[in-house]
Amino acid sequence: MLEGILLGLQTALSLKMILVVIGGCLIGTFIGMLPGLGPMSIIAIMIPVAISMGDPAAALILLAGVYYGAIFGGSTSSILLNAPGVAGTVATSFDGYPMAKQGKAGKALTIAAIASFCGGTIGALLLMGFAPALSSVALLFHSAEYFALMVVGLSAIAAFAGSGNVAKAIMMTVLGLMLATVGETTMAPMPRFTMGLMDLQSGLGFVTLAMALFALPEALYLVLKPREMKSGEGVNFRDLQVTRAEAKSIAPVIGRQSIQGFFIGVLPGAGATIASFLGYAVERNIATKEEQDKFGKGSIKGLAAPETANNAACTGSFVPLLTLGIPGSGTTAILLGALIALNVTPGPRLMVDDPQIFWAVIISMYIGNLILLILNLPLIPFIAKVLAVPRNFLIPFILFFTLMGAYIGQNNATELLILVGFGICATALKFANYPLAPLLIGFILGSMLEDNFARSMQLYDGVAFIWERPMTMALLLLAAILIVLPSYRAHRAKSKTAGVADGD
Amino acid sequence: MALDRWIALILLLFCLVYGYTAWFSMDGELAPFMKRNPIWPSTFPKVLSIIGVITSLVILTGLEKGEQKIGEIDYRRLTDYNLGQALLLLGLMVAYAFCLRTVGFLISTSCFLILGSVILGERKWHLMLPLSIGATLIVWYLVQEILGIFLRPLPIFLGV
Repeated sequence: MLEGILLGLQTALSLKMILVVIGGCLIGTFIGMLPGLGPMSIIAIMIPVAISMGDPAAALILLAGVYYGAIFGGSTSSILLNAPGVAGTVATSFDGYPMAKQGKAGKALTIAAIASFCGGTIGALLLMGFAPALSSVALLFHSAEYFALMVVGLSAIAAFAGSGNVAKAIMMTVLGLMLATVGETTMAPMPRFTMGLMDLQSGLGFVTLAMALFALPEALYLVLKPREMKSGEGVNFRDLQVTRAEAKSIAPVIGRQSIQGFFIGVLPGAGATIASFLGYAVERNIATKEEQDKFGKGSIKGLAAPETANNAACTGSFVPLLTLGIPGSGTTAILLGALIALNVTPGPRLMVDDPQIFWAVIISMYIGNLILLILNLPLIPFIAKVLAVPRNFLIPFILFFTLMGAYIGQNNATELLILVGFGICATALKFANYPLAPLLIGFILGSMLEDNFARSMQLYDGVAFIWERPMTMALLLLAAILIVLPSYRAHRAKSKTAGVADGD
Repeated sequence: MALDRWIALILLLFCLVYGYTAWFSMDGELAPFMKRNPIWPSTFPKVLSIIGVITSLVILTGLEKGEQKIGEIDYRRLTDYNLGQALLLLGLMVAYAFCLRTVGFLISTSCFLILGSVILGERKWHLMLPLSIGATLIVWYLVQEILGIFLRPLPIFLGV
């Protein structure tokens, strides 16, 4: 492990990689601040750039930097404008915005930055401990277990979709799996579902689909319903100091939420949004009566909790991606797609075959968090001014970048029509509250799921692998329970929690 | 019937067509020796079509009860929003897709960016023109020269 860390340090500390991290964090922060653009859209737009860099380590570091930056930028606009750019930072605005209104914007941003930094760093430490252990277990898995594990992952995403949405999430996953079957298969030289179109022979483009599902509907939403974009003027940035008493009171919150957030992030389908809401709720419940009254009115604990939790969860979501090759959220699904495009298959073999990629990503998480702390904090007043970019200029550019991304990916103008077509369908699905992330996750996992299924079928000459391998059986049962349990519980009692699965 | 159930109906039809192809028309093209395999290219789609049909029926019949929440945009009052602008922008994107090859990147992209802003109600020409043309040139340079992906810069009749 030590040599792996050293190898990672060597890769991540080269001048090129540091510049990549800085660039990624700045782009992510800037776009994440714009209300209405989530990390998935930003990463989708950045994929063509990352892929054309050619170096998988650099690409993953860039995209991870953009991801952190977007979450950080989202909390900045939550605090200054009460307009969260990212679903994962909605909980930040509960106490962050009241603090900014009381003239403590500088302090709120400092606490948010420190809490994010600690959450991200502690998360990265936990990742370093857990990922190697998990991948050594995963190396024992056969294709049958992989198949079962992916089924578990997909069911968990549906199960976490919130009450009343489980069927829709399953439907979207299945639709994603169906779209993945378009084109040639690895099993036989025979095109499937291409309707005779040559353009579909190689399947649908992943970048096109990612843009169509996230960037385009979000841009259309911005057109349909313009949100108020106020500049952060008149906000006091001078008082950046955090007193010792304040630091003492938030330290335990940061400690608890880093760990809790990390483990929520590891779960497929949960992610930063749920981690931040849950972190806020838990901290409010365990606070003293006096402190409880302050929550929602500018409590520093109420600000530190979601900020720590969402960053720790972002790091946690890398665990299933790096060790099992199974993305737990829309964002990590996009990262997985980018890696596959660069000929790297994340999974337990990643640590053995490409240790420099694995460790460089982990090391770059520390660097990314450090950069967000030291670079972005002094820049915030300036970045806040840029928020006033008029949407009349912004939206055509967003649309243009989605078109360009799809075009560069396939070098084919038909791809642009597919993009618009799918974009319209995705917007309609979004109107009707169908979650879109499961669709993309299904699409990306589709070919892997089918390959592993086919391999197990061939090895066992039929579906006998399901009962002949106890591990497979157990995992498939777990998947069945995950699907049935939420509907069963919803039948017994109306669930109180609102579905917040969108946004990461 | 609410929009989500209409969509479920469309998805059900989609799953039925998909399933019909997988169950009845796909295996005909399979080579005879391949038919001895325990798994055919149509096996996985067959399973998917069954799950898809069942799930879309669950949504369609409203079997899974949950609170009806209205999203950020209420589709029932779609005309209250800037629907015209959104449709015009989508039309502009389609036009861009058709023009990119024939008219060339530089002209079609500048026009796309300028017209996009105009559709959204921008009239500051002194900002719009330099910004759009400058951005077009920068992107063209980055894609063509740095990424090395060919983008026809000028109209096709100029032969470039």
